[in-house]
Amino acid sequence: MSGKTIAEKILSEKSGREAQAGDLVVARVDLVFAQDGTGPLTVRQIANLGLSQVAHPETTIFFLDHAAPSPRRELSNDHLFMREFSEKAGAAVSEVGEGICHQLVAEERAAPGMLIVGADSHTCTAGAFGAFATGMGSTDVAAAMALGKTWFRVPESIRVEIRGRLAKGVFAKDLILHLIGEIGADGADYQALEFGGDLEALDMESRLTISNMAVEAGAKAGIFPADEQTRAYLAERGRTEQFREMEPAPDAAYERTLHYDLSRIEPTVSRPHRVDQTSPARDLSEVKVDQVFIGTCTNGRLSDLQVAAQILRGKSVPPRVRLLVGPASREIYLRAMAEGLLSALVEAGALVLPPGCGPCVGVHQGALGDGEVCLSTQNRNFEGRMGNPKGLIYLSSPAVAAASALTGRITDPREVLP
Amino acid sequence: MKLRGRAWVFGDDISTDHIAPGRYFHLRSNLPELARHLLEDVRGDFAARVQPGDFVVAGNNFGLGSSREHAPTIIKLAGVSAVLARSFARIFFRNAVNIGLPAIIVDTSFVGDGNELEVDLAEGLVRDLTNGKEARFRPLTPQLLRILKDGGLVEHIKKHGDILL
Repeated sequence: MSGKTIAEKILSEKSGREAQAGDLVVARVDLVFAQDGTGPLTVRQIANLGLSQVAHPETTIFFLDHAAPSPRRELSNDHLFMREFSEKAGAAVSEVGEGICHQLVAEERAAPGMLIVGADSHTCTAGAFGAFATGMGSTDVAAAMALGKTWFRVPESIRVEIRGRLAKGVFAKDLILHLIGEIGADGADYQALEFGGDLEALDMESRLTISNMAVEAGAKAGIFPADEQTRAYLAERGRTEQFREMEPAPDAAYERTLHYDLSRIEPTVSRPHRVDQTSPARDLSEVKVDQVFIGTCTNGRLSDLQVAAQILRGKSVPPRVRLLVGPASREIYLRAMAEGLLSALVEAGALVLPPGCGPCVGVHQGALGDGEVCLSTQNRNFEGRMGNPKGLIYLSSPAVAAASALTGRITDPREVLP
Repeated sequence: MKLRGRAWVFGDDISTDHIAPGRYFHLRSNLPELARHLLEDVRGDFAARVQPGDFVVAGNNFGLGSSREHAPTIIKLAGVSAVLARSFARIFFRNAVNIGLPAIIVDTSFVGDGNELEVDLAEGLVRDLTNGKEARFRPLTPQLLRILKDGGLVEHIKKHGDILL
């Protein structure tokens, strides 16, 4: 028997048995959460189980982030419903304005070796920490909240071997869009992506962006080993004691191995309506943009706002382009304010949204008109995603997004970077 | 167990944004109302015309995207007896089983839109009664079949007091 991948290691530990790819296991979860789109159904399913409590209140969270602040009474009532349940059950509520669930999990909770389930497909974001984190539906999460455990099929892993350094103007988002373009939107269906090799050039914010989009290749999880960068990130947040080693066995078995030399990656854009339909940004310079959105759980972090401000400081976005900026959490909002990033962006013409999912889910704050083009740093460009099936969504890094806001057409950031 | 009904054929990569569009986010606590918009951006007349017992038939990667369980839930609420697809996105597949909606992985290329289908879940056989063609599929694993037969994960846990594998 070969050694274990990170997915096999964590699921073995949490299920108390030697688990390998293909096995079905029941494993205890370390953190379980839902958000305001999936939480009300989760609460109703807990009630359908005949329960009004959760197994571990201190590691059960309801995030109010998708409709934050609520644009209509139905959603305000959903928020009330989740607050009332959480108060009775002792679960935590992350209030409107605190930020996006995946960013807050990264800031406050995620650590190597954890098993995390969330009723949101981008729960895989926390894989950046060397955790096994995966998205599930409301019923699964209700069971995990009620019982403190749920069932898993241990996934096969695809090894993604990294080397080299990203060129100027190229970012983690370009790598993951490029990878999804190569393997397809179902290229890793039911499997885990496990990243390895020379990861020194990918800092924690970069890893969060990459893990976040694992699900766009169909993956169940997108996992990085825990290393010195992980340790430093946790230390900076006063969570040093949560660090532990987490890496695969040297003889772990993989379904296949993909190799990427970061120096060969270019600014990459996904075209409507598929994430795996990618082009180099420079090939799309004819595409005019009506709206640019820099934010979300994929790219609404401090380094994302820094690069946007670097490109836009002292410049002006043309009046026909709407530039929306959404910090992913309150902390990022405050730090961006303290660093002068928000004033630089607003002076350039940006509109700053409250921390939350913003227009990405099509609920509020920037629904597209018929035929309008949006270039967004979010993770999905499906038909109808931003509230209108007649809208056209392109996906990119914050650098491509900021450069494109400046020129009004899709632009390779290397054309405008100082 | 044999199911019989009309096939509604969809293509590849039907996302959960197609099945339950985000612009109806506010209807997620009002499932009958949300179900009136089921798949409306792909086939505007589907929700109004689908009959109890009908099948949703699709190509690759059905249900990709968000974890919203409302997607399989409103398919079930519309009376659809099973979804047949060449492949499913992982979360959708899991959600379907958990709410008691059969999700069948099978070659669907031979199924004609509007044709009468017969699906035998235990035998693993899909037959297009209109054109006479058929395909076999591997029945669900015993564990998942038990969750499905129990009526979904909630009923399964209530019946057994735990998650049985």
